[in-house]
Amino acid sequence: MGKKILLEHINVPGINTLEVYRQKGGYASVEKALKTMAPDAIVEEVKKSGLRGRGGAGFPTGMKWSFLAKPEGVERYLVVNADESEPGTFKDRYLMERIPHILIEGMITASFALGAKTSCIYIRGEYFYVSRILEAAIAEAYAAGWLGKNILGTNFSHDIFVQVGAGAYICGEETALLESLEGKRGNPRIKPPFPAVAGLYGCPTVVNNVETIASVPYIVMNGGDEYAKIGIGRSTGTKLISASGHINKPGVYEIEMGITVEDFIYSDEYCGGIINGRKLKAVVAGGSSVPILPADLILKTEKGEARLMSYESLSDGGFASGTMLGSGGFMVYDETTSIVKNLYTFARFYHHESCGQCSPCREGTGWMEKILHRIVEGHGKPGDVDLLWDIQRKIEGNTICPLGDAAAWPVASAIRHFRKEFEEYINHPERIKDVKHYYSVHQLASV
Amino acid sequence: MSKEIKFNEETLALVDKLINRYPAGKQKSALIPVLHIAQAEFNGWLSSETMDYVASLLKIKPIEVYEVASFYSMFNLKPVGKCLIEVCRTSSCWARGSEDVVRYLEKKLGIKEGETTKDGMFTIKTVECLGSCGGAPMLQVGAAFHENLTLEKVDAIVENYKSIGKQRSYTDLDYKNTI
Amino acid sequence: MPKVTIDGQSIEVPDGTTILQAARMIGGENVPPAMCYHSKLKTSGGYCRTCIVKVSKGSDKDPRPMPKLVPSCRTTVMDGMEVQNNTSPEVLEARRGVVEFLLINHPLDCPVCDQAGECHLQDLGYENGAANTRYDFKRRKFKQIDIGPYIKLHMTRCIMCFRCVKVADQITDNRVHGMLNRGDASEISTYIENVISNDFSGNVIDVCPVGALTDRTFRFKSRVWFTKPMDAHRNCTKCSGKVTLWEKGEEVLRVTTRKDKWGESEEWICNECRFEKKHINDWVVEGPRHIDPHSVISLNHYENVAAKLKLDIAKQQKQLASKK
Repeated sequence: MGKKILLEHINVPGINTLEVYRQKGGYASVEKALKTMAPDAIVEEVKKSGLRGRGGAGFPTGMKWSFLAKPEGVERYLVVNADESEPGTFKDRYLMERIPHILIEGMITASFALGAKTSCIYIRGEYFYVSRILEAAIAEAYAAGWLGKNILGTNFSHDIFVQVGAGAYICGEETALLESLEGKRGNPRIKPPFPAVAGLYGCPTVVNNVETIASVPYIVMNGGDEYAKIGIGRSTGTKLISASGHINKPGVYEIEMGITVEDFIYSDEYCGGIINGRKLKAVVAGGSSVPILPADLILKTEKGEARLMSYESLSDGGFASGTMLGSGGFMVYDETTSIVKNLYTFARFYHHESCGQCSPCREGTGWMEKILHRIVEGHGKPGDVDLLWDIQRKIEGNTICPLGDAAAWPVASAIRHFRKEFEEYINHPERIKDVKHYYSVHQLASV
Repeated sequence: MSKEIKFNEETLALVDKLINRYPAGKQKSALIPVLHIAQAEFNGWLSSETMDYVASLLKIKPIEVYEVASFYSMFNLKPVGKCLIEVCRTSSCWARGSEDVVRYLEKKLGIKEGETTKDGMFTIKTVECLGSCGGAPMLQVGAAFHENLTLEKVDAIVENYKSIGKQRSYTDLDYKNTI
Repeated sequence: MPKVTIDGQSIEVPDGTTILQAARMIGGENVPPAMCYHSKLKTSGGYCRTCIVKVSKGSDKDPRPMPKLVPSCRTTVMDGMEVQNNTSPEVLEARRGVVEFLLINHPLDCPVCDQAGECHLQDLGYENGAANTRYDFKRRKFKQIDIGPYIKLHMTRCIMCFRCVKVADQITDNRVHGMLNRGDASEISTYIENVISNDFSGNVIDVCPVGALTDRTFRFKSRVWFTKPMDAHRNCTKCSGKVTLWEKGEEVLRVTTRKDKWGESEEWICNECRFEKKHINDWVVEGPRHIDPHSVISLNHYENVAAKLKLDIAKQQKQLASKK
């Protein structure tokens, strides 16, 4: 069993309540931070820990915190990004639903380090029931004096509220999230300025993912160095992986970074292998935006080394033969899966979620979806694969926010590794007619 | 249907409470939460009258409300059934049979995706990833997630909502006490 | 004063100048095209991506190149910055891509569009586009609507530059139109039937780079290149009263703001001047409006004919010289 930091007590009955959470040592980091540490010292520990943003980009958290501008007399904000909308990702929901206090504890400690009087959890609208769980937990924390005025008798006062979104993937992009929080359309802002300088209401703001903030209590309690010992290389600590697709045990797993991908897929501790003992065809390792890899490249790098669950190992080989850890949305596809049809679901997703502000993404995502749609319907044209390749290339890097890249990469990687399959669809539409390229619910029911 | 578009005292107090959590002059931040409440209270969708009312409550221009309401996929700008069945169709759900679920629902309810049953009870909609890939295939009705679907489960879900006569919406989640 | 080099030409500019503004100060062929940026509108720009350039050197202090192409209209110049526009094949390729994206859903109805001849998308397509389209799906269509007695909204032609929204926000006191829906279903609309009635609302017509917002009082009256632009003014209590009249014979067919060489309005005008003063006697005519020779509007205008003749003669002399 690997080291567990976030999910250690996940199966303790009542861990969602403040009482049980306290019995398991909860909120100790608030006490330690407020009573014995200077804010900058906490930032230092987080820097030392090597903790990287768990939302997908993997940016060093301590560094992000140290960029926060601190002009006199101006409010600062911490905003927790619980918009979790990257297909394949459901770890934050699991964490907030089961153990909401770990997030609240992390927020209080982090806000103390950043000097924020108010922090907010921006949660996607579809997770409405989770927002109720969080609000109940926040109410408990207020009642017990962990929130509100002069926490633990110190000068530090803090308020937290939960803001629900209303269905827009783009609000996971931090500046779109801030726009949404200000009651506007979720249109990403043009940067600079970055939120660290001008974020919510124009004030310096840090936006962090749920899992990132939930990791802070451990770092404060045990020190950054101790946290950095977990994991491998620059991939320190543990990571929540949302495992889904054609595996025997879908779910959220906390892994110590550095275990092999093979172990993660096939061991009973994690995914438990492929359904019905079928062969592995491909994996999307870090949420829909990251490149899809065929079985041979996800299990071993191009150099033949075992691929590990870490930022560095997953991206080994660049986009030519590697991928990214991303948000940890690990989607597994068996030999029956149609990569073309699967890509179509991704293209449809990005088309649906493009905000429409900038031309390459607004027009390009719809165009790609239309081409893929005609290919899966058996009406693909000979030049379609090259056209798709060219469109994604013209979107990538030319948009206001990363959604353009996120829409382009799945298309590029599917063509890169599975070009033959696309050509089969286009050249022999009769062969794909009436074939179901996914598991039917009947087949699953019998597993 | 033609209920007057106006919140009751209790809801108005809640709107005030929401506005108060933002700095002075930033009451527009309450727009999305208030639209959720308005949609739940006024027949599950946002008419232009409802949106104008929300604009007046928050002292913003009506166009600012239309812009926002039309951006987010959870806001319905047209009437929907009492139970909005939203089936996830993105990768992991697709790979585990969500298309079967949609076809089955369509057959069972006698309507196509995007349509509402004649009795105004159900609307079927396909939606993008709801963050429940581990429970694929899944669907959402109102605020409730239904995961690891089989066709038998779909039957039971539909029957259940038929007997209750409505979805568990945002207003049913006791939001008045917790916000 | 920071110094920036664009396609090999250097200039010193005031702090806070953007790459696009610096390029315009240098002038000539190397100015990036811009569709959504407008010098008189705050926070405009950054959306259309036509003005993207490559920053091959960030500054003297931090010489690293910027990792992606950047919108020149929203990127501030740093001292020692080096920028590539026309000298970068990568930029030209990406710009061709942007032009293609802007055109895939455009109706290409120039023959019946009042904007033809002064349309930024026409110029952009002519200068940076391909002759053929690779898009073979149905194009997006919207219904044409009249927003009030003066303005026609032909949403199908819109390229989402946001300029008209910013005009309504920044120079009128009650914005009733905005961006609705999202992605490629986005549209400029009033949502419910609504009239844009503010005194300065007519300016949305002048900032529209395409034919999405046009003047109903000028609708189908004439192709713009058959009209003569004349600068004129009148005493107006609401605005500066400085306008351009578009005449055909003695008739004033249209009144617009005066536009600079980048096609951007110099000073806003009120609706009374624009829509209700259509008689030559309403105005003090100053003289012909200078129109950039590259525009089709300049066709047959005497000052430009003379200029063109000069150019042709110079060209021929050059050719003769090179033959010798």
